[in-house]
Order: sequence, then structure tokens, then C-alpha cells
Amino acid sequence: MNQFWPATVDGLSLGAIYALLALGYTMVYGVLRLINFAHSEIFMIGTFASLAVVNLFGFSGVGGFALVGVVLVLAVAGALASGASAVALEYLAYRPLRRKGASRLAALISAIGASLFLQQLFARVLIPWWFDVPKEKGALPLQGHFVEREDLFAIGDFVVRNDKFIVFVGAIIMMVALDQFVSRTKLGRGIRATAQDPETSVLMGVNIDRIVTATFAIGGAMAGVAAALYMMRFEETDFFVGFLLGIKAFTAAVLGGIGNLRGALVGGMVLGLIEMYGSVMFGTEWQHVVAFTVLVLVLMFRPTGILGESLQQARV
Amino acid sequence: MSSIEWAKKPVRKISEPVGSRLDALRHWWAVQRGPVRWSVYLLLTVVAFLLPHEDIGSFMSPHSDWQAILFYPIGGYILLAIGLNVVVGQAGLLDLGYVAFFAVGGYTMAILGKQYGWGFWEIIAVGVLLAALSGVLLGAPTLRLRGDYLAIVTLGFGEIIRIAATNTDSIGGPNGIAGIPHPPNLTDWEIPDTAFFQALDLEGLKPFTYGALDTRPYYYLMVIAIIGTIIFAKRLEHSRVGRSWAAIREDEDAAELMGVPTFKFKLAAFAIGAAFGGLAGVLYGSQATSIIPEDFPFILSATILAAVVLGGSGNIPGVMVGAFLIAWIPERVRGVGEYRILVFGAALVIMMALRPEGLLPSRQRKAELKEGTGGMGSLGAEVGGPGGAQVEGEVSK
Amino acid sequence: MKRVPPRMRLLAVLGAASLALAACGDSSDSGSGGDVSEVSIGIMGDFTGENAGIVIPIRNAAQLAVDEYNATNPETKIKLIPYDSQAKPEQAVALAKNAIKQDKIAGLIGPAFSGESAQVGPVLEEAQIPSVSASATNAPLAENGWKYWHRVISDDDVQGAGIGQFITTGVGAKKVFIIDDKSTYGQPLAATVKKAVEEGGATTEGDSIDTDGADFSSTVNKAKAFAPDAIFFGGYYAEGGKLIKQLREGGVDATFLSADGSLDPGLAKGAGGDNAEGSLIGCPCLIDPEGTAGEASKKFADAYKAKFNAPTAIYAAEAYDAATVFIKAVQSGATTPEDIQKFIGTVDFTGVSKQIKFEANGEVAGGDVYIYKVTGESLPLLGNAKTAKP
Repeated sequence: MNQFWPATVDGLSLGAIYALLALGYTMVYGVLRLINFAHSEIFMIGTFASLAVVNLFGFSGVGGFALVGVVLVLAVAGALASGASAVALEYLAYRPLRRKGASRLAALISAIGASLFLQQLFARVLIPWWFDVPKEKGALPLQGHFVEREDLFAIGDFVVRNDKFIVFVGAIIMMVALDQFVSRTKLGRGIRATAQDPETSVLMGVNIDRIVTATFAIGGAMAGVAAALYMMRFEETDFFVGFLLGIKAFTAAVLGGIGNLRGALVGGMVLGLIEMYGSVMFGTEWQHVVAFTVLVLVLMFRPTGILGESLQQARV
Repeated sequence: MSSIEWAKKPVRKISEPVGSRLDALRHWWAVQRGPVRWSVYLLLTVVAFLLPHEDIGSFMSPHSDWQAILFYPIGGYILLAIGLNVVVGQAGLLDLGYVAFFAVGGYTMAILGKQYGWGFWEIIAVGVLLAALSGVLLGAPTLRLRGDYLAIVTLGFGEIIRIAATNTDSIGGPNGIAGIPHPPNLTDWEIPDTAFFQALDLEGLKPFTYGALDTRPYYYLMVIAIIGTIIFAKRLEHSRVGRSWAAIREDEDAAELMGVPTFKFKLAAFAIGAAFGGLAGVLYGSQATSIIPEDFPFILSATILAAVVLGGSGNIPGVMVGAFLIAWIPERVRGVGEYRILVFGAALVIMMALRPEGLLPSRQRKAELKEGTGGMGSLGAEVGGPGGAQVEGEVSK
Repeated sequence: MKRVPPRMRLLAVLGAASLALAACGDSSDSGSGGDVSEVSIGIMGDFTGENAGIVIPIRNAAQLAVDEYNATNPETKIKLIPYDSQAKPEQAVALAKNAIKQDKIAGLIGPAFSGESAQVGPVLEEAQIPSVSASATNAPLAENGWKYWHRVISDDDVQGAGIGQFITTGVGAKKVFIIDDKSTYGQPLAATVKKAVEEGGATTEGDSIDTDGADFSSTVNKAKAFAPDAIFFGGYYAEGGKLIKQLREGGVDATFLSADGSLDPGLAKGAGGDNAEGSLIGCPCLIDPEGTAGEASKKFADAYKAKFNAPTAIYAAEAYDAATVFIKAVQSGATTPEDIQKFIGTVDFTGVSKQIKFEANGEVAGGDVYIYKVTGESLPLLGNAKTAKP
């Protein structure tokens, strides 16, 4: 069987999750010039919120159009949980640093600390308490099986499954919605203005704290939606689930051009495809090496990523 | 005013006196002259050699073997932090894959020592050179990138080294390399069992015999390596190279315009930082007897970076204190068992919030912070320049 | 131009330092050891980390053996000291040194995993402390020439060969897809299985997965293209479960086989539904909660259940045997590491899991591999790999 179509479909479906997660990195970076390392844990919180909803309603064997409805419910729960956590994270870990005019490096370390703290908080305290598992098993993965996999249509000789299709379409819808939001609303204009020139935007009456809070809330909510889609696709999570995805999503953001919303989408999809093609060509054990090598090559020829940095330039 | 102001006051009460004492210490130090400084250096060296004392250990590390953790992680982290400080603190390049050079050193020791039977002392030289070379190889194509692009590329490089080691069966694949030889014994001389040495807990120690059980001889090697790198790094800092790094760190475009060959000096920073990392790797490998790719994860790069920033990026005593704390705190709080990483993460966030410039910042860096920009630039939404905090205060009302 | 104050300050610093040193010298050594009414035996493994689920039954079983022994009011009691290495080699080494110097252990049960064993081995060797692991199965461990190191479990080469043979004869597979997780455990094991399967006349193809990732679809696609009769996975159950799930959802229905790292109810749970049903898991260990394998096994299973209110789990029987090796040594009057080491060299008794007798390189003599079949969320014993039929 030819591996091209399977790799393409799986690459896009994986890339869609990278892209949604990359949005959070890219927005925070655009406004604060900060690599928000704890964004992967914001995603992790979203997966657990989704899992809690699955357990609460006892979903099982959901297929067809009902799956779309269930995913919407999960996405709302994930977006609320992740968005709120992202705002809280900014308030507790980054705002004190901003007020002191600290270096971005200090904020990066604070982010790494927050990332470790949140991982351990879930593994040692919250998961045992929330999901009623023995304390020593808090680090183990938790499952919530609820999806009925169905074949939708065939591309070439490869049959596309409902979950992979929903992930891809869901991500595109979210990206378009966000793109419209940032370019058309007043808040979106504030975000762009701040990203472009914080000093001037303050003078023009933009409330920076409000903009930063909104940025974290939106980025977090996108991570929450990504988490809901992830849970539909894989139905399993643990405290470490965000780590590799987070690194990949950040890579995707840089690949597309960090600070650029459309770049996040392009970067995510391209990265997903590279990984899948790479693992077909060189073996799955080399997929990350292929991904990072391509990143270096791209940056050598386009030092600011595929689409360039441009949250500032109102080209979002 | 934000609503968390109330919570800040008690914290400030604790943090400010501590912070100002540290600053006072620095000011005192800055006016001291040669003889005093040399006496303090000598004293610190003597203290370093006496640190493995059992009674110090019983307080510092009641849950684990003090002598073993003095060598690694404490000594190892300090050496790595001094190396990373060259890259991050002095040249202002954000490196998130520093562990790669540690791995290069470790694997050089393992491969040359085990498979080719080379001696330890030759391997040190080769390991350091190979690590420096890998720094150049990484830097040459990527150092034209700025800031965070460089960060992600170095992160990728660290991962590539680790994954490539895992996937290469000729160097053991995921099993790594076991049976790495210890350094040859220089002499089996034993410290005599007298009352004086008993008081120092040194009786019966064979300081030049490299076995598996007693870590102290390795620790002494590590101390010597650390002293050597400090001298080297210090000399660099005060040379043309160091001044060029400072210029690049503060404003790369201006430095370039003023005639500083920025690319060349950035590459030098990478190579020198990498060489220190390689040295740490060789020492680690010679003691550990076996290494696997999983010994060199991304999180170790992040940890060393945390040590540098926590201690005070750019200031060698600062990064040493930072590395010591980062290595020591998790060992000390082993008593809280499964919560220790939780405590560690929270401590990082709190310490950064209280003292973002680090515990012992370089004086220059501290001055910059007052002006509103750190060496790497401040958070974007912070309104830079004098009076920035005021403006922001207005805004948040 | 001499200025006094700085020098005065320096003197003050020196004085303080010497005081501190003197204070250090004053306190006496905390004495321990030399007391023959009690012998300290350590047990090392991951009791609180990610792998605690596997290691806690080991500790429980060893504790059971020691408690049973101490309850007989022997002349020399045994104190079992736990060392929580969290499966991290450098922690394990530091703890081992502490165990040797401070606690003066006379022997060590463990370390539980192979990675930590590789680094603790040289330390114990130099300190001349005998160790018996119940679960470190990495094959090259026995090639280090360590005299004081032993294990009561067959290594991965034995396990891989046994499972490989079972795949071609018992399962009768002609095309085998072999997946590993690139871990120190999974990769060599998968390589041994591959070799054994090819010797058995089957064709193979393979791929690796990344344990930090969740998406194994490229591996699934490759497996689907190969259309195998059987799939072997060298790795742990957390990924094993996910892998089965994605394979089944991707339309790959070949018999799934794995080894001791996947021998856990979590495999079926992770796979979801009845995806894992009928999967076959090999292990050089004997897990026999019902006690069908024999008298000793039944007695152990009942005692374990009574004490810990849980059925026996993986490596519990082996850990009980490892503890019994030290108990028998102490019973024979050996209390020093050297005497215990001598005793271990000659030990030969019928344990719960197997006949316990060590070869010169520390490996346990003989070595059967057992096959377990996933049934619901339980893993009943199917039989010996040489004879079992799925």
C-alpha cells in the first residue's frame, strides 16, 4: 500500500493540533516577547477538563453527528478550564515580573518553574483527588473511551476516519474565527497595537494589563479546544501529555513565523506533514530529527519563518 | 493598583532585606583590593576541599550521600552553569540545548575510554575539543538567527543529539555505554589517620585513587576543573572578547556598526561554552561508569539555564550560587518525597518574582534593570525607559 | 598605604570559619553496625515515581518474607530498609553509597530496574556488598564480571528467545511486525525477538515509537501495509495499550504480543473496549494469584493477599525468593556481607517462582518463560512458552 495518502491525512490531523497549540505561543510571544513554556501545561489542564466531562456524562460509543456535538461540549469545557488557567498563570507568574521590568530570561525561568509546578501539582495532588485514583498512580495515564471510529470517505486508497476529519476541520474553523476576531474587533485591534508598539499604544489609551489578560485567555482557550480535539483523537491523557506537543507546537510557531497567526496554522500543518513523511522515509525513530533539521534549513533561508513575523504588522 | 498588592507586602518584608544584604555584600566586594580578594579565594578553595565532611553532609543532605551529590549534581551543575553563562550571560545568546555538549563530552569519554582504551587525561583534551567543535558546527549555520529563533534551534539540536544517540546502535543505542573506565590512579597515597585529619573527616582518604565507592577524588577533580574554568572565563570577561560579548549582548546592530565582528565572537562564545560543557561531560562519564542517552534530556538544559538566571546571569559567583541551589534544594527536600519537584517549581516562580535579576546579579546588569531593560530585553508589554513602571501604574488604575 | 579595616574583616571571616570547622570536628561519628542481633538488608527501586506500580509489589513481597522470618523470633533479626531511587540512576548511586556507609547494609534486594542496576553495580562491587535483583532483566548486566551481583529472574535474551519461539511455533506466525519503544528495555528485547522469529522461519519488518508522543499513526500505517500475522511490541504497558488501540482502530487485527513490561492490567485498560482481548504477554516471571502452580506458590499467594489485600503482582514471587536468599543466609549464621556472599554462591533451594541457584556470573540457573493471555482486564497464566497454545 502506498504510504503517501495515509501519511498526508495523519500529518494534517496531527498538524491541526500543533497549529491550535502554536496559536497560544505565538500570541503571547507577539505581545510579550515571552516563550510561555507553561502553555503545554495549559493544554494538559484542558485534556483533564475534557476527560472530566466525558466521565461526568458517561459518554460512550459516540459516532456520527452526535460526535460533533460532544466535541463541542468538550471544547467549551476545555476552553474554559485552559483559558482560566492561562489567565491565572499570567497573573501569578508573569505579572509580578512585568511590574518589575524583569528581563525576558527571568520570565522564561518563571515559565519553566510554573510548568514543572503544574505538572507535579496534577500528578501528585489533583489527579488522585479529582479522578479518585490511588496517590501513587497519579502519574499514570487516564483513559476515557467514548468515540466510535467510523470511516467517512476515501482519498486515494486511504479511508479517512471521522475523528481525524473533525480534528482538521475543527482546527481550521477555530483559526478562521480567531483571525476574524483579531482583525475586526476592538480588543483584537488593541492586541495588534500592543504587539506592534507597546509604548505608543499605552499613550493611545490601550490598557496593557487588559490586553495581556485577553491574550492569555484567547491563547489558553485555543489550547483548551486543542485539548478537546486531542481527547477525541487519542482518548487518553496524563500529567506529561503537553511536554512533547508543546515543544512541537512552539517549533511550529517558529517555523511559520512566530507572532504570526496564519504562520501558526501553516507551521503546524507543515510540521505535521514533515513528521509523517519523515517517519515513512527514515523510520519513526527519526521523525523528530527530521522535523528539527527542516526547521534549521527553513530558518537558514527564511530567518523569520515561512510567513515571517507579523502580528504587529496587522497582517493577521 | 492590582488586587494582589496586599499579598506582596509581607513577602517584600522578607525579600527586600535579604536582597539588600546580598547587594551590600557585592558593594563591599567591589571596593576590595588584591590581598583581600586573594585571601578570600584561597579560603573558598580550602572550604571547597573540606566540603565533603560527613558532619556538613549530615545537615546538607540527610537523605542521600553528600559526597556523591557534591560531585554530581552539585559540582556538575556548577561547571555546566559557568559554561552556559559564557553563552547566555556574557554573549547574551539564548541556548536551550546546552545539554548536547554535556552529552558530547560524556560520549567521548565512554567511546574513547571503553572501545578504544584511551587514557583519561588524553580524553579530557579530546572531549573538550570535540565539544567545542560541535559548538562551532551548531553555531555556524544558526548564529545569524536572533533571540528566540536561536533558542528553538538550539533546543532542537539538543534533542537531535539525544535521539541520534538513541538510534545509533554502534554506540549502544538506548542502552548507552556501560563499563566506562575510571581515571587511572595517580598514586595510592593515603591521608594518614591522625587526629587533625580525623577532625577534617579526611583520614584514610586516597585522594588520587579513582574507584567506584568514594566520590571524593572525583569531586576534587571537579573542584580543580571548576577553578580552572572560572579563571579562564574571568580572563575572557576582561579581555577584548569579553567586551565584544557585552557589546553584542546590549545591542548587536550597534556592535556590528562599531566594527565588532559579531558573528565571529558569537561563534567563539558558543565554542567556549560548549567546551566547558564537554569538560563536565567527560568528568561525569568517568565517574558514572555508564551513560545512556536519557541522561541528557531537555529538562537538564532548562535546569542549567534556570541556575544561571536564578543566580544572576553574567556574574560567575552568582551562577555558581544558582547552580548550587538548583542542584542542592531537590536533594535537601528529599524528605518531602514525591512533592519535591512541586516545591522546586514553585520556588523557581517565587524567586523570580521576588528577585528577577537573580540572587547575585552582575553590577552592570543591575544598573540596566533600573533603566528598564535587561540584557535580553524586557517583557514586551513592559513600557521601557525611565518612569516606565509609573506609566504602567497609571494605566492599571 | 595599608588600610586596616579590610584585614580585620578578613580575620573575622577566617575566625568564623575555623570555629565552624572545630564545631564540625566535635560531633562524634554516629555508631552503627557491629550489632549481630540485627542485620540490615536494603531494598531499592522506584517506590514513588512513575513506575511505582511495578515496584511496590516487589517491596511488599520482600517485606512479607522478612516479616514472616522475624515473626519466628530468630537469634538474628533482619531489618529491611527501603531506598526510593525513583528509577533514576544517579539517585540510586547516591542512595547506595548512603546505604553502604551510613546504614551498613549487608545485602541489597534490587535495584529494581536495569538502568539503575548498571550504575549501582560497580559501587556494590567495590564495597563488596552482595545484591539480588528480582526484576532487572537487561541482558548485558551479567557481562560486567561483577561477583557480588545476582538476579533471580532470567534475562531479556532468555525472554526474547522464548517469546520469539512461541510466536513461530505456538502462534504459528509467518509474518511478524516488530515494534519497540527505543528504551533500554524495549529495544534490545525487540531485537532478540526479531532474531528468534527469523530463525523460526518468519519474515519481519519493524518500526519504533516515541513514548513521549501519542500519535503512533505512522507505525500503524506501516503495520497495515505489511499485513502481519503477529505483532510484537517491546516496551511498557502505558504505550502498549495506546498502541493496541490505534492498531485496532487502524484496522490491524494481527495477534498482539508483548513481554514483561506490558504485563499489567493497564494494558487492556489503555487499549479500551476489548481491543486487547486475546493479546499474549510473555514473562520470565511467574504470577500466580490463584496458586495453581504449586504448593509454595499457593501459600505465598494467600499470605500476600492476607497482608496487603491485593492479589500478587508482577515480580512479587521473585522478590519473595530474593528476600528468602538473604533470610537463608542469615539463618545459616552469615551476618557479614562477605559471609552472605559466600552463602549465595552455594545456595540451592526451591523458591516460589523457580529453583534458586546462581551461575558464576550471577544469573539464576535455568529459565522458563511463561505466557499470559489478556482476558478482560486480567492476565491469567496460559502456560509455559515451550508448550502453550493460544
